[in-house]
Amino acid sequence: MRMKLIGQMHVLVVEMEEELDHHIAQNVREIIDKELKRTNAINLVFDFRNLSFMDSSGIGVIIGRYKIVKILGGSVIIVSPQPQVRRIIEMAGIHKIIKITNTLDNALKMV
Amino acid sequence: MDNMMKLEFLNKSNNERFARTVAAAFATILDPTLEELSEIKTAVSEAVTNAIIHGYEDSTGMVCLEGRIDGRTIEFIVSDRGKGIEDITQAMQPLFTGKPEMERSGMGFTIMETFMDSIEVESVLGGGTTVKMSKTLKDR
Ligand SMILES: Nc1ncnc2c1ncn2[C@@H]1O[C@H](COP(=O)(O)OP(=O)(O)OP(=O)(O)O)[C@@H](O)[C@H]1O
Ligand SMILES: [Mg+2]
Repeated sequence: MRMKLIGQMHVLVVEMEEELDHHIAQNVREIIDKELKRTNAINLVFDFRNLSFMDSSGIGVIIGRYKIVKILGGSVIIVSPQPQVRRIIEMAGIHKIIKITNTLDNALKMV
Repeated sequence: MDNMMKLEFLNKSNNERFARTVAAAFATILDPTLEELSEIKTAVSEAVTNAIIHGYEDSTGMVCLEGRIDGRTIEFIVSDRGKGIEDITQAMQPLFTGKPEMERSGMGFTIMETFMDSIEVESVLGGGTTVKMSKTLKDR
């Protein structure tokens, strides 16, 4: 996982890699929440280009961050989920509350 | 029965990836499509994660993953000797979770049901839980 801050836009971009399961989720959650506080970012972009697998633990991570960001008055955007990840996202109805787009550039225009 | 395998491991969360990778590798014998493979991997990940999080909670125990192949049908059995499920019908409802405070979404069983052809759950309070799921792969 890598993170970068686009400061003037208050956007935290989280680049996920490999697989997001319960084991990884525990860490990811803590790191993102700490970084949101530290940077005063209010928008969160999940870049899933390089994420090859996600299970229900990922749903919890996304919805949990969505709730936090909503309170801050910002938004969450998901970039480029691979087919397996997209199916889990759709099964959970996440696409109804969070925008999904193909490129990071698009996502930054949307926040 | 054409083939079978059995794997037992400690209820550590870093074994979740290990277990679903083994399940996918076992399924590879049947030359599945990429989609079938990712469905199997996801369903097994859900069952194993449940055994670790809900079955054992903070205690220590072993999780068992069995795989069976019969023709084009593959079956996985995930079992724990943990706390068991009080109401299986309620547990299997979409969005039901016993642990909302842990950011669980209650989608695990729904994912297993969607990605496999059939699922059977047996549980004894205080004795543990067994999840049996099977899928018939497309002819290739
Ligand atoms: N092996 C198990 N041992 C004990 N209880 C279980 C077991 N598997 C499932 N349960 C119970 O069934 C409920 C529903 O499971 P399910 O996987 O559908 O949702 P979840 O694990 O709560 O959330 P998610 O899988 O979306 O992260 C659990 O919250 C738990 O109460
Ligand atoms: Mg679950």
